[in-house]
Amino acid sequence: MINKLVLENLKHRWVRTLLSALVVGVQVMSILTLIGLSRGLLEDSANRLKATGADIVLKPESGATLSLSTGQLSEKFVPFLAKQPHVTQAVGVLSHNVSSSILTMNGVNIPEFAKISPGFKFLSGGPPQNDPDGLIIDAYYAREHHLRVGDTVTLLNHPWHVTGIVEGGVLSRLVVDLSRLQWATGNGGKITEILVKLDDPARTNEEVTELNKLLEGSLKAISMADLVSQFSINNIPSLKAFIWVIVALAVVVGFLVVFLSMYTAVLERTREIGILKALGAQPGTIIGILIREAFVLAAAGCVIGIVLSFGAKALIMAIVPASLQVVNVPDWWPISGGIAILGALLGAIYPGLKAARQDAIEALAYD
Amino acid sequence: MTSNSIIQVRNLHKTYRTGDVDVHALRGVDLDVARGEFLTVIGPSGSGKSTLFHIIGGLAAPTSGDVVIDGVNLRSLEDRERTKMRQRKVGFVFQKYNLLPTLSARDNINMAQALADRPPKPSDFDEILTMLQIKQRLDHKPRALSGGEQQRVAIARALVNQPAILLADEPTGNLDTENSQAVLQILRDLNKRTRQTILMITHNPEAAAYADRTVTMRDGVIHA
Repeated sequence: MINKLVLENLKHRWVRTLLSALVVGVQVMSILTLIGLSRGLLEDSANRLKATGADIVLKPESGATLSLSTGQLSEKFVPFLAKQPHVTQAVGVLSHNVSSSILTMNGVNIPEFAKISPGFKFLSGGPPQNDPDGLIIDAYYAREHHLRVGDTVTLLNHPWHVTGIVEGGVLSRLVVDLSRLQWATGNGGKITEILVKLDDPARTNEEVTELNKLLEGSLKAISMADLVSQFSINNIPSLKAFIWVIVALAVVVGFLVVFLSMYTAVLERTREIGILKALGAQPGTIIGILIREAFVLAAAGCVIGIVLSFGAKALIMAIVPASLQVVNVPDWWPISGGIAILGALLGAIYPGLKAARQDAIEALAYD
Repeated sequence: MTSNSIIQVRNLHKTYRTGDVDVHALRGVDLDVARGEFLTVIGPSGSGKSTLFHIIGGLAAPTSGDVVIDGVNLRSLEDRERTKMRQRKVGFVFQKYNLLPTLSARDNINMAQALADRPPKPSDFDEILTMLQIKQRLDHKPRALSGGEQQRVAIARALVNQPAILLADEPTGNLDTENSQAVLQILRDLNKRTRQTILMITHNPEAAAYADRTVTMRDGVIHA
């Protein structure tokens, strides 16, 4: 009977119920989209790195493994590494953020890179031929920016000519000649990392150990498998902290929404609370009614939030497919649901106590 | 105290604090209501009859004095126990009906039963519903019922847990003459057919005439 009263109360004030559930849903959607974005971007980066075909990646000894800081490494290491036993190819890569975007442009010696990589799959055009400003873009970037082969695009305050559009999935979405990018960004002779191809991939771990001994103090070698495994939210402390901040904000938003909703409900239903008390409802029963209402709001909000997260993903992938990658995160559905319910239950406590403490006679006299 | 009394009130005082002023609502009330009696307390506004109603119904605690309902002295009860007493021993009928607006008439009745955690309705409850003429209106919500129908649903709700006493506070105060007479007739029939003890508060002498006995309240004391 109490459950029926809870549902009838929610139905009776359906606009407030819907709005409250919607706000909780937006909160759930924010969490799911943020996690989906973080994972999507990391997975996308990891997959594109893996798709280069390199067995080992070398980065500066001092830098964080997942750092994409520009030009910290001398390109002189590239020929040195290429001469090492079992190394068939070494290619230096310079990464540089494109201004006001999380997009990265990669500079690489394209013919050399083609030797270690399964190669770019061109959908139209091809690699730059005698054009130092030639730019290879992927299909996502082309779609987002409505670009075609032959178009000119200004990036890093420099005009580039689109010579080819490739399927996404190798290196970054924007690839140019290494020396041109070094010149355009003032990183002459500098690179970000070195990709190494071995004659026998089974020797990867052995070679990583050898290279780390050889280059101790200068470079750090890591197998592609290990590097890819590190593309996780847990390995990026700042991202992890950011996610916790968003989660905490979500709890606060859920708390405030349900608090306001329940507080208003208690004020509106003063007489009804008086009736229940006159009929013999104990304070615990009154609190229980509001807690159940908050729970239903939060549960409905969770479902709405999950549905909205699919909508948000579709929207992001339609509008900015090159800039942002989102994946579905079903393992976070129960977590975000738990966060929403926690916020809602916290929000129902004070209104519940207020209702339970209400004087029955005053409540019955309320108009 | 009379052993046959289901309500026994002795030297009952109730003082409210309003700001810095003490308001003496009850100033030594003595009252006995016999089991199966239909008693009316009549009096003008401010005479203290509603305060007496609230204390006998366990909605408020007395300042001093004794109130014994069906053998239980309310003075010794904590809030929680008074609430429990309301579930089992008291049925309320209010002037403004006080039905839960989101529930149907049937669910309003069931809610009283659920809160008291009572098993099935009394065997003659169907008969009571027939007498109240609300059997066809049970699936309607209060807003779809007339004032008279709402008050009859409230009476059914008050009776569903077979209370020792039925307390009615100005039960016809919001009704027209025809519905008032119908409700009062129902209360009298109930009292006669089921020996239900009824204590009704009113300021209307015509309504008071339906009771077995009437006592008058003025300035916080009862005048027989």
